[in-house]
Amino acid sequence: MTFRRRDILKIGSAGALTACWPGWAAAVSPGLPAAPPTVNGTDIELRIAHQMLRIGRREMHAIGVNGTVPGPLVRLREGQDVRLTVINDLPDEDTSIHWHGVLLPFQMDGVPGISFPGIKAGSRFTYRFPIRQSGTYWYHSHSGLQEQMGHYGPIVIDPAGADPIGYDREHVVVLSDHSPMHPHTIFERLKQQGGYFNYQKQTLAGQIAGRDQGPAERRRWGKMRMDPTDISDVTGSTYTYLVNGRGPADGWTGLFRPGERVRLRFVNAAAMTIFNVRIPGLRMLVVAADGLPVRPVEVDEFQIANAETYDVIVVPSEERAFGLVAEAIDRSGMAFGTLAPRPGMPAIAPPLRHRPLATMRDMGMDMAAMDPDMIDMSSMHMEMRDRRNAPALPLGPGIQTISPMPADRTDEPGQGLADVGGKVLVYTDLIATDRNPDRRAPSRKLEIHLTGNMERYMWAFDGRKLSEVKDPIPFTAGERVRITLINDTMMNHPIHLHGHFFELVTGHGDHAPRKHTVNVQPGGMLTFDLTADAVGDWAFHCHMLYHMHAGMMQVVSVRPAAAA
Amino acid sequence: MVPGDAGSSPAMRAGGGSAPPSTPPEKVGTDAPPLDRLRPAPPPPADHAADAVWGAAAMAPARERLHRDHGGMRLHQILFNLAEIQVRRGEEGFRWDGEGWWGGDVNRLVLKSEGEARFGRVAEAAEVQLLYSRAIGPYHDLQAGVRQDLGAGVRRTYASIGIEGLAPYWFETEGTVFVSDKGDVLARAEAWYDQRITQRLVLQPRVELNLAAQNVPEQRIGEGLSTAELGLRLRYEIRREFAPYVGVAWDRKVGITADYARADGIARGRVAAVFGVRGWL
Repeated sequence: MTFRRRDILKIGSAGALTACWPGWAAAVSPGLPAAPPTVNGTDIELRIAHQMLRIGRREMHAIGVNGTVPGPLVRLREGQDVRLTVINDLPDEDTSIHWHGVLLPFQMDGVPGISFPGIKAGSRFTYRFPIRQSGTYWYHSHSGLQEQMGHYGPIVIDPAGADPIGYDREHVVVLSDHSPMHPHTIFERLKQQGGYFNYQKQTLAGQIAGRDQGPAERRRWGKMRMDPTDISDVTGSTYTYLVNGRGPADGWTGLFRPGERVRLRFVNAAAMTIFNVRIPGLRMLVVAADGLPVRPVEVDEFQIANAETYDVIVVPSEERAFGLVAEAIDRSGMAFGTLAPRPGMPAIAPPLRHRPLATMRDMGMDMAAMDPDMIDMSSMHMEMRDRRNAPALPLGPGIQTISPMPADRTDEPGQGLADVGGKVLVYTDLIATDRNPDRRAPSRKLEIHLTGNMERYMWAFDGRKLSEVKDPIPFTAGERVRITLINDTMMNHPIHLHGHFFELVTGHGDHAPRKHTVNVQPGGMLTFDLTADAVGDWAFHCHMLYHMHAGMMQVVSVRPAAAA
Repeated sequence: MVPGDAGSSPAMRAGGGSAPPSTPPEKVGTDAPPLDRLRPAPPPPADHAADAVWGAAAMAPARERLHRDHGGMRLHQILFNLAEIQVRRGEEGFRWDGEGWWGGDVNRLVLKSEGEARFGRVAEAAEVQLLYSRAIGPYHDLQAGVRQDLGAGVRRTYASIGIEGLAPYWFETEGTVFVSDKGDVLARAEAWYDQRITQRLVLQPRVELNLAAQNVPEQRIGEGLSTAELGLRLRYEIRREFAPYVGVAWDRKVGITADYARADGIARGRVAAVFGVRGWL
């Protein structure tokens, strides 16, 4: 049977929380209705409450929306107005919903302390805003660490006119991570012991067996106090990775008829996990990134960072099941689902691939990659933490390293995907189908360092935690700014700016891909052009939940020129 | 898909590929370099945008919470690196070495304790230190405070100052200087290394050296290196926080301290088999 949106709302409003999963994520999903109904009721009710979540044979505590994890699919249409009433049924804590990637007035953006006061326990709040865009987005709590506990769900906005992306059937695929450990405990453990969740470290046994780094390389990394196996802070040692709220053993299946063009709307709603997504036996045509259409790119695998969305088209022509594999970046586990012509046709999960090791390039100092003619040794400071490489940074305990030679890595596959074979999506593959709305040259440049200390688990922008920052990062309304993010750490940082799309500077002129979240690879840098066109205050942060919680967040303010 | 670009823009004359081959293609959009005369950043606004909508009174506590929740948390940890029974020929005792901290990333209150005792007797050596700890670099904390001796014999009070941190090659190190209420100066250096054999089996060599700047006869401490302690412990991390271990510990009085021991009829050196749990919470 197929749940329609109004049925989901009925379940929610009746408070009859018998269903563990929303209809769109049913164990066997026939897919969403081919022509989703226009939202006639523009009133949607979302109820936030504690619940249990069954993963495999285990019951885990969760915070769900309308009784499910993920929450219901909010399906909207471009051009409509929407009223979303959020009811906080949590007994003793505030909540909120941030509409990730949706352009709206700042006071409806849902970040407590920046956009609004938050939603107190036992109270409700109605968000009202017009829908001015289309595509695949998502929503999640911006209060405390609730997102880690299941407080997220997908948003699909249909275009006002015909959808430029043709497809016969669609599935929403929400990837996430869930732990039986309370998120506050996870954070505390990260602060108490570096590498607490990493059970893929280099060992003496591994060295004797000839695995991983050789002795000289190990000594070199040991001298730097850097662990090349530190790929993910929180791993499969505590996480189960989910497809639409289901663990690998729970078997989510999306149905198709051979020959159909199937649109998969991927959302990475994980708190701390970057996924490598592939469907062995099928090539994927990437048709949208962060909700907006891109020129189709055919790939075998793509990496999806926290909070990104990708739409892909697959055309399975055989009458067989295909495994949908979303492997955690550190290969400590995978989310697994099935695409099949009939329910009950199992696909075989491939074994986990060997976990990658960080390289010198991930620390922003790969001399080999440089053009020898460009090297001017006299002006280079190759120390790991040299003040001269970023004179403006406060060189305190929160800064472990400063990348001496950060490289633009937007043309490189994500960490660990350089040698997996097949075509892997890179950011430079993304080209917007529509011409960019603002084609002006930037009138200002801004550089922001992503800084951290893995041993103390401190994370910040420019070495200052939000708790230490007084002023926002100021913008004048309408100005065009070229912003470069420099990753001074060995970890990935998916950076999200609220209320805006920005254009990646990746060589595609006025067809630059427009994104709301962008992953800056370890030791790398990335540049985008931003038109600060949404007046108000906006959150700007790393979408690794515990990096944000540790302080890797600031406020961006946009004010009319007259007021400046 | 987003307003401002509803496909209504004029023909794409500026498209890179459409330029005549004889002239270099004009750099458009994100390919264009920034303007020659860059504008400075505006000054940060004096207001908070949300105050105008929801009221400053409603926003102030939420904003305070926002800042506290993103980098301002206070946490704590209590860790016993050593908590063990020491078995020697004819005598069993126990030994501990642990610390607890409370605070944020930079400023912390630290309580340390170490000592050893035989079952049923007053501790041979026992001390607690209460310290203010401040992060002074990515890996090191400066710690200052007081130490109180609690064991058998003279119970001195000391001012204590030291540095604790992670040295290159992943050595955990600690160095402290103590000045007693009698003006005596002592020092201690401690280091250990966790050699991971498998993901959960860890071999920890550990060394502790005690030094003195003068003879302190009433405490039976001699000038120079006074005692050395070496340990080798093999633990199994059932969880990171709970790791039973077995090992050997060897300690020896050195130099003038050894002379004091000889005069007192006490053994200068001894070896023990140790059984313990490394634990934290």
